[in-house]
Amino acid sequence: MKEFKGRVIAKGHFIGEAAVTHAGFNTLASFQKSALMNKKEVYVSDQNNKELFNKNITGKILCLPMTIGSTTGGLVIQTVCDMKINPRAFLFSEEIDSLAASGIVLAKVWQNSDVICIDKLGKEFLDTVKTGDRLEIKEDGTVVIL
Amino acid sequence: MIEYKMELNDELKGILEGKEGKTKQKILETLVLFGDIFGAKRMVKVTHNEGHLVTSFGIPLLKPLFKTMDEINAEGIKAEGGFTCDPRPLDYANVKCNFLEKIVFNKILYGKQKDYEAQLKKAGLTDSDSFSCASYLKECGNRPKEGDILSWAESSAVVFANSVLGARCNRNSGMLDLFGSIIGYVPEFGLLLDEGRKATWIIEVKTSKIPEAQILGSAIGMKVMEEVPYVFGLDKFLGNEIDDKVEAYLKDFGAASASNGAVGLFHIDGLTPEAKKLKEKLIKEGAKTYVIDDAELERVYKSYPIMWKDKEAKAKLCFIGCPHLNYYQLNKWHEDIKKALLENHQEKVSCQCVLNAPPKVLNRFIKEESAKYKELYNMGVTVSSICPLMYTNNPLTHGKAIITNSNKLRTYSMARYFKDEEILAILAGKKVY
Repeated sequence: MKEFKGRVIAKGHFIGEAAVTHAGFNTLASFQKSALMNKKEVYVSDQNNKELFNKNITGKILCLPMTIGSTTGGLVIQTVCDMKINPRAFLFSEEIDSLAASGIVLAKVWQNSDVICIDKLGKEFLDTVKTGDRLEIKEDGTVVIL
Repeated sequence: MIEYKMELNDELKGILEGKEGKTKQKILETLVLFGDIFGAKRMVKVTHNEGHLVTSFGIPLLKPLFKTMDEINAEGIKAEGGFTCDPRPLDYANVKCNFLEKIVFNKILYGKQKDYEAQLKKAGLTDSDSFSCASYLKECGNRPKEGDILSWAESSAVVFANSVLGARCNRNSGMLDLFGSIIGYVPEFGLLLDEGRKATWIIEVKTSKIPEAQILGSAIGMKVMEEVPYVFGLDKFLGNEIDDKVEAYLKDFGAASASNGAVGLFHIDGLTPEAKKLKEKLIKEGAKTYVIDDAELERVYKSYPIMWKDKEAKAKLCFIGCPHLNYYQLNKWHEDIKKALLENHQEKVSCQCVLNAPPKVLNRFIKEESAKYKELYNMGVTVSSICPLMYTNNPLTHGKAIITNSNKLRTYSMARYFKDEEILAILAGKKVY
């Protein structure tokens, strides 16, 4: 078991499976295909993301350095939260970027979403966590790799 | 009322207390919570009042967007300075679609386009020709001046405004672009502050010739992600003044850096406004270095995955102009395509080719260069103000072999990227793959 502590952007308690990307997560490119086709789950459609391409991230704990790409990003996060096909939690190793932050705030204020978001977990977190690991997220921003 | 950390003036406190209605209250709550995440100490006035919105498309699935717009319209809330908007997703007159594609576009993908445009109009859309990702071009009118504070989204427009015009804007998301324009304030952090505009990457361009703007931008974006790069060695090729040709280069370079990474601001030594004034004072101590030579550019180019099912397929459609072309580029593509066809003894391009530009740039081109416009038509080239990215959202287009010189379009679609000279060769009927 290894513990990491980050800053709480949107709190919650959850135990689930990690989906990890070490490259920036391109929000529009990743969610676009599944969201547009009204799918019940998101299979990452970003061709540039070799770690997550074609992987199901709905209900998972997305571990990432930051999001990148189009400034539709925040609206896209809000929309997938509204469709309830979002990752259950976003865990950022770095400080959250402006687009992801917009998406989380929009989802909270306008959709009352229960999406969880922690940032500033550190580089070591992303170096340690692997796709498929079981993680526990606590309300104070602690993340435990079980 | 929400708990918040930043200082607010009485006007904003009143809005947050609900004195101007529930919707405005929620709009400001969103901006304040967003700013608090980044330690914004206050909200600052938007000084270039015309906004720019990234969401131009009526995709029925974007239910939160339409619901919020309904609330805004119902309370009669408007962005008083007006706003421009990204390009429309459809243009049947100039970008051919078959019957089935039209059904998918009209009934499924963009079934709410008409309704959404009506919502935009009520909320303050400047006019019906205000749909372009490059609304900052001179003909379009939404051009901020140095030092202006903006409430814009659209990654390519934000990076252009910050870097080439010296305005100040964070990489806002869709919705927050409109919210800032409605309230007239944005949270002050990041690229709005002098400290946030300093470079943490030094880029040394050591290529033997001027790099392809779209590949250079892509390479830098993938390397620096959301950090600020200061680029040396590019003024050798571009000179020290920003004319229409240089502006076109920086537009395409910035769009690639923003879509292949998350660059919101770049400085070009000896060329862009802040780099000219502050020079190396703009570089933070301990900045990392990335050297780009011919081999590195080729490595990046070769790394792009080819998403076509049949990698040998003959190109069926070519999109040039993502982001939209400026006036110089429209003329240049006319000249280059004409020359390529002539040299290869062809009269028409080998596949449907669309040059994309803002409506107001196209109007000027058609008026001032009607002979060239007719020549383009006769060569099989159409001009449009479509968003090729939105067009390629249609799953029915996924089987089409689409080529482009846009790194942004490549990233968000199954279109295959080619350099400008390769695009011209393909259009002239040559085999390059």
